[in-house]
Amino acid sequence: MDFKLRRPLEASSNASSSMMSEISRNLKPGLPFIPCDSTNICYGARQEQSFSEFPPPQVTQCHGLYAREQKTETKNQLEPSSAVNDLVMDWNPRLMLSNLSFLEQKIHQVQDIVRSIISQEGRANELAAQQQLVTADLTYIIIQLISTAGTLLPNIKNALLSATPPVAQTGVVANLPVNASQKHHEVLSVELAKASEYDELIKDLNSGGEGDELIKCLNNSVAEVSESIPIEDHDIKDYDDGMDGENLPPGSYEVLQLEKEEILAPHTHFCLICGKGFKRDANLRMHMRGHGDEYKTAAALAKPSKEASSEPAIIRRYSCPFVGCKRNKEHKKFQPLKTILCVKNHYKRSHCDKSYTCSRCKTKKFSVIADLKTHEKHCGRDKWICSCGTTFSRKDKLFGHVALFQGHTPAIPMDDAKVSGMSDHVQVGETTNGMVANMGYNFSGNASDDAQSLDIKDVDDGQGYFSPMNFDACNFGGLDEFPRSAYDVSESPFSFLSTGTCSFIPRNGEN
Amino acid sequence: MAKSRDLCRRIDRSDGFATLTLDLFSGSPNPNPCSYSRSAKRVRVSCASPAAAAAEENRSNPFDSLSEEVLFLILDRLESDPLDKKSFSLVCRSFYAAESRHRRALTPLRSGLLPAALARYPSVSRLDLSLCPSVTDAALASVGGALRSSLRSIDLSRSRGFSYAGIESVAVNCAALVEINLSNATDLSDAAAAAIGRARNLEKLWLARCKMVTDMGIGCIAVGCQKLRLLCLKWCLGISDLGVGLVAVKCKQLRSLDLSFVPITEKCLPAVLQLPHLEDLALVGCLSIDDEGLMSVKQESKSLQVLDMSNCQHVNHAGFSSLLSKTPELREISLAYYCKVTHSLASSLQKLYNLQSIKLDGCEVTTSGLKTMANSCRSLGELSLSKCSGVTDEGLSFFVTKHKGLVKLDVTCCRNITDLSLASITSSCTSLTNLSMESCILVSREGFRLIGQHCHLLEELDLTDNDLDDEGLRAISGCHNLSVLKIGICLKISDEGLIHVAKGCPNLQELDLYRSVGITDIGVMAIARGCPLLQIINLSYCTEVTDYSLRSLSKCSNLNTLEIRGCQVSSSGLAVVAVGCRKLTKLDIKKCYFVDDAGMLLLARFSQNLRQINLSYCSVTDVGLLALASVSCLQNMTILHSGGLTSNGLAAVLVACGGLTKVKLHSSFKPLIPKPILEHVEARGCLFQWRDKPFQVELEPSEVWKQQSQEMHV
Repeated sequence: MDFKLRRPLEASSNASSSMMSEISRNLKPGLPFIPCDSTNICYGARQEQSFSEFPPPQVTQCHGLYAREQKTETKNQLEPSSAVNDLVMDWNPRLMLSNLSFLEQKIHQVQDIVRSIISQEGRANELAAQQQLVTADLTYIIIQLISTAGTLLPNIKNALLSATPPVAQTGVVANLPVNASQKHHEVLSVELAKASEYDELIKDLNSGGEGDELIKCLNNSVAEVSESIPIEDHDIKDYDDGMDGENLPPGSYEVLQLEKEEILAPHTHFCLICGKGFKRDANLRMHMRGHGDEYKTAAALAKPSKEASSEPAIIRRYSCPFVGCKRNKEHKKFQPLKTILCVKNHYKRSHCDKSYTCSRCKTKKFSVIADLKTHEKHCGRDKWICSCGTTFSRKDKLFGHVALFQGHTPAIPMDDAKVSGMSDHVQVGETTNGMVANMGYNFSGNASDDAQSLDIKDVDDGQGYFSPMNFDACNFGGLDEFPRSAYDVSESPFSFLSTGTCSFIPRNGEN
Repeated sequence: MAKSRDLCRRIDRSDGFATLTLDLFSGSPNPNPCSYSRSAKRVRVSCASPAAAAAEENRSNPFDSLSEEVLFLILDRLESDPLDKKSFSLVCRSFYAAESRHRRALTPLRSGLLPAALARYPSVSRLDLSLCPSVTDAALASVGGALRSSLRSIDLSRSRGFSYAGIESVAVNCAALVEINLSNATDLSDAAAAAIGRARNLEKLWLARCKMVTDMGIGCIAVGCQKLRLLCLKWCLGISDLGVGLVAVKCKQLRSLDLSFVPITEKCLPAVLQLPHLEDLALVGCLSIDDEGLMSVKQESKSLQVLDMSNCQHVNHAGFSSLLSKTPELREISLAYYCKVTHSLASSLQKLYNLQSIKLDGCEVTTSGLKTMANSCRSLGELSLSKCSGVTDEGLSFFVTKHKGLVKLDVTCCRNITDLSLASITSSCTSLTNLSMESCILVSREGFRLIGQHCHLLEELDLTDNDLDDEGLRAISGCHNLSVLKIGICLKISDEGLIHVAKGCPNLQELDLYRSVGITDIGVMAIARGCPLLQIINLSYCTEVTDYSLRSLSKCSNLNTLEIRGCQVSSSGLAVVAVGCRKLTKLDIKKCYFVDDAGMLLLARFSQNLRQINLSYCSVTDVGLLALASVSCLQNMTILHSGGLTSNGLAAVLVACGGLTKVKLHSSFKPLIPKPILEHVEARGCLFQWRDKPFQVELEPSEVWKQQSQEMHV
């Protein structure tokens, strides 16, 4: 990818301005703002569009889309450092002017709306819609202002950089952040303070989810403006955290270091027209098709990198911004990270809070959501437990363990046992409450209390009468050894029938 | 003391008990034998009052002079009959106490009586709860508490209602526990298995149909009960190779292992065969074991003696031969419902020098296979070819001439064999004790004559559905040792033949005359007179049989099973049987239309040991049934189409019969009986079977039935 090959110095110095100029060249003037003009036409859609359609606040983010067009220019940029310097200084006041004039138009529009509100009083529904419209437009204007102002920031910085002579101009990439000396920081901090003021303003204006995203974008833009190191394409699926086993001699590769905010940014590819963010370049290209036919050409849709690979490949490795980390280039035994994705995962895993908690076990925490998902696939499966406390993910491993060690037993999960036990008890309890307790089957003496069983109780007591269970008449060899006397027979079933179920006295005492 | 020693000697010498009783009574000046015969409770009550007790002592009971040693000796001789022991315990207080201390085995009818029973019998070692359909955890806890040191064996195979907690209390408290039968506890889970695992001294464990137990549970048992000698895991569908493998690793003492219908593969077989003492292995219906698997097993077992591989449908002779070559000491093989028994399979038996018994029920047997088997085996004692197709005179004759020591032979439904086979069997196997040849319809009078002539040692003979006549029966009566004779559906036999049997077979205990319609009262009376040991008789659909037969049968005091379906008997005849046969436990009087409430009243009064009764089509009403409800042993009732029965009466009976486990009723009653009552009875452990059979008034003519059965055979 061509953009990768561009040196960070250039990126930091002039990417934004040069690309802005390109925008002005490549796009019809005013094209980015067409959606904004449509605001008066469709109210319903306006509300959502207003935030997604603003032109990108930070131009560097648009490289994915415009990389193709930039190609020739970037090649130029790569050549001599003097040319770089020329380009560095070349920020486009015309573009800014056109932006500002557009903003002026926009403000007029808002004025019109407000006037119309004043003229047509009373209709509450329209009023609300129009108020929203005004809010949205104002927000948009503010964002536009910030981004326009943002284009100035690198210029200020570059001006300063070029003033402090050799290092920056020779383009030793690795030194860039270090080169940001105290003075620059002062300047930058002023800018940052401004930006943060805008942030707060926007926060006040929107408290919705879109607003949050927007603020993030703004934060990103500010961060990128201040450091402006290009963010790599994410299509490379390399989950290896480091480059273990890779022994590149120090100096044989260039080292990039992204800042924390960049690493943690949710999206790295932004639509130049509407500003929507994407994680993948390909997704952005798909998205761009919606903005017009010119984005539907095969060239526009093609993956924009491969031609550039004919260039002599510069091996690029990454450093973790966390000072003291082994992956930080300041570390004595520095081990660089291979890809951006490695950087992201490493930084999140090692230096961020573990904010994703497993919903199943409630104990395991992860900072990378993919790790959580991987864990959740196995969480709870690790149920093969030995009495010694060792757990196994596979039953055969547990049984191998148990077979090997004397006295070790497969442990049946206690809650499992309890549950089954409970259910057994419940069953018993149910029957007990129903009737059996009264039958003398359950001599735990579970007295039934509910009225429902009362009617049965009488019948049950009679049971002792029907088939008297007096002790000697019963037998313990499985046979009833002595028939009861004839008197018993004449007495039991028939007297029962005559007396009814409730009126007799149990014979137990008599026996 | 001298007197008691003398008594000991006399007891040792004496054959009967009656003599002794007479001696005691003649020697005592003031015989007062039955002062405590009322009930246990009464005894305890009188003891509780000191004055009464003193008064009793003053009377100087002559039985008190007998030492416990003597009483135990007497009791030892009473083991055969529980009724005698009961009488003994009711003689006096010391007898009662002696009996309490002497009893080792307890088979209670209700688990509700367990605490009291355990208090009375503190040294019970064998507790059979198979008659208690409902056993609660509390009951088991009382067992664990009362029989701490004595209990060795407990049978819960027919009980429900307990959980793992109950098992645990028994397993933990009873240190001497050696046997547990938990078969059919389908709702018990691994927790129960873990509880069993705490019975460290367990040697025998049955877990048939414990479908919820998994490898984890059996793992706990394997680790906990390392002294296991017998383990039955039949139908434990939750157990796999891992569990069985662990058992084989941990329980090195195993002698007998039943893995029937367990979803195991050949993977656990090496470990199982490695068990140093394994003698008995059942692999019935293990469908996951196939030829290739068996051939891959390399482990030998020098100890295995009994192998049951019935119903292993995926095993053919190749795999089986491979397994047999690893188990040279086999004595018994069962291959029921197996593949075709051919030459190649039979020849694989050649190296089994000790083979005694082969069971090939339901297999297809070829003549060459049978001949090869005859040549391969040394000397078989038992051969079962029941329901085998392809058994011919040639094969069977060849076989029996090679194996003259045959003791048991089963050729049920081998319809092709004729007198020729019988001639070889009778001439070669003179030591035959069991011969089953049901439905061997080609065998004629000559064949039966030969049986009677040569097989004098026959004890069990099954000639059901044969072409037997009085001459044949006369010949068979020469087998004087016969104890079981089944001659059902022999339409040609009559009283004459039966009289011969009665004269010739005094030891007859079981007689089956089902649908042998030529039999009348005369024949039955002869049997009743000639065979006093008779325990089981089936006279179903012998339509000539009347009350006279029952009167004569009432002299057979050992009779416990009486089936008289469709006989022309009445209540009076039944009453006489009830009075005479006190051990009657199973009674089938279906379609005895003349039996009514009067018969039930007397039955209820005298047959207190009745467990199973079929009253379908009888003229019994609510009254009779309620009277029957007082039989506390009653467990199994079938009442279909009893005209005088109402739903209310039935409900009352169901509630009154506390011990019911299975009731078969007509489905028209189901909506009529109040649901709470049904639920209540079910909660006590009773199972209802609702049948919707149409009412059949006329008796099926036996001739028609015979024709049907013959058509079926062809």
